[in-house]
Amino acid sequence: MHYMLLIYQGDPRGQVSDAEIAAFMKRIEAYNDQLKKDGHFVVTGGLGFPDTATCVTRRSGKLSTTDGPFAETREYLGGFYVIEAKDLDQALKIANGLPMTEFATVEVRPINHLGT
Amino acid sequence: MSQRTDRDAIEAVYRTESGRVLATLIRLLGSFDLAEEALHDAFMAAADQWPRDGTPANPRAWLVSAGRFKAIDRLRRRARLDAAGDDIAMQIEAAAEPPEDPAAIADDQLRLIFTCCHPALSPDAQVALTLREVCGLTTEEIARAFLTATPTIAQRIVRAKAKIRDARIPYEVPEKDALPDRLDAVLRVVYLVFNEGYAASGGDKFIRADLSAEAIRLGRLLVELLPDAEALGLLALMLLQDSRRNARLSSEGDIVLLADQDRGLWNRGEIDEGITLAARAMRAREIGAYALQAAIAAAHATATTDAATDWRRIVALYDLLMHADPSPIVALNRAVAVAMRDGPAAGLAAIDALMADGTLDDFHLAHSARADLLRRLLRVAEARAAYERAAALAIHPAERRFYDRRRAQLSG
Repeated sequence: MHYMLLIYQGDPRGQVSDAEIAAFMKRIEAYNDQLKKDGHFVVTGGLGFPDTATCVTRRSGKLSTTDGPFAETREYLGGFYVIEAKDLDQALKIANGLPMTEFATVEVRPINHLGT
Repeated sequence: MSQRTDRDAIEAVYRTESGRVLATLIRLLGSFDLAEEALHDAFMAAADQWPRDGTPANPRAWLVSAGRFKAIDRLRRRARLDAAGDDIAMQIEAAAEPPEDPAAIADDQLRLIFTCCHPALSPDAQVALTLREVCGLTTEEIARAFLTATPTIAQRIVRAKAKIRDARIPYEVPEKDALPDRLDAVLRVVYLVFNEGYAASGGDKFIRADLSAEAIRLGRLLVELLPDAEALGLLALMLLQDSRRNARLSSEGDIVLLADQDRGLWNRGEIDEGITLAARAMRAREIGAYALQAAIAAAHATATTDAATDWRRIVALYDLLMHADPSPIVALNRAVAVAMRDGPAAGLAAIDALMADGTLDDFHLAHSARADLLRRLLRVAEARAAYERAAALAIHPAERRFYDRRRAQLSG
């Protein structure tokens, strides 16, 4: 079964140094390698900051494009994983191990249909 | 055999076996809803066949097997409308025959408890689901006990079952590394159910006593299924608290303090069992918070009069509890025990030190404890003000009446 891990975090800009970020990325890469080895890894991504977001919607045929994210909140969606796990307990264990849990909240959601 | 005894026999089997049969059917069928329907069908079949053919030698195995066949049958009939049903029916048929092994059935009950108390479900949902699925209470009974509308409870249970299915919450006893945390969550649900039934007022008194009885039954089941000192400690604590049920309220429904209770009304059977269990829990390598609370309750239960209470031992146990599970409420209880050991002035100093940072300011029991010590120190005006504050903060009418009465009794 596939689960999506949605990583909600505060804005790190001005809060952490480049060296800290580099050290952190190393830990994430090591964790990703472990997930690949264990057959849990499907895909991961880090998102651009919310101020780079553009929203589109179509209502009764009329297209509208607006600047900014869908919802303004202090914590925003910063990245995601799609993983393969046998049940929620295994998915939670994988989410728990993410280095990001030290500063972010990870939402674990089952994926009903995964198109590839 | 008369029809009456037939029905009695089936009802007796229902009371003792339905929980176990349901737990096994959920594992075999992989669905709460399907298992509940199958359980119902199995008992309908029993009511039809047992009076004619006699009660089977192993009613539990018969019911599991009948429930499984009925579920396959149901899915086959549904398959005519929906192709998915047939796949599930084939999967269930292909799976192994239900085991007769008693250990596997005990595991099914544990699986059910751990799934119902899974931290991915909201605390309210954990309680409702445990009472519904493990204890077999009806939705109406749960609603009445919690003073909640039946549709609210029904919706809570439907949502929880949908999350178990859709997010795939496993039907398993947690792995060893996760077990202590997950067991804590289960014990918390059991104690919450007990306290809901033990609270001084609100709701139907008799239904609430049933809730406490269900919590004790769950506690016994856990002790039987898992060798764990905290499960023992919780069962001991519940039994010792429940032993005072008939003494803690007057015939008018007013609160009677521990010191003033008629100890002849305490339930000796529950006390003896509670003391034995508490002692076992205290012999564990790591002594937990429930075991310590049970040991404190046991120290009260063994005192033949209030004056004979061993306050030195009780303060020492609170010291350990402050180490195992520190909280402002434990600190408050410790201060009250200090007052009993060393006198009201020492106790008041301890409570005032605790209340200095304001965390206990909205807690009525802190003000009532202060009021009682001020009363004993003959500081009447301050005692009166403290009782007023306690009454203003009290939640239950019985508590408010108690504080008003104490305040009225102050002389001068």
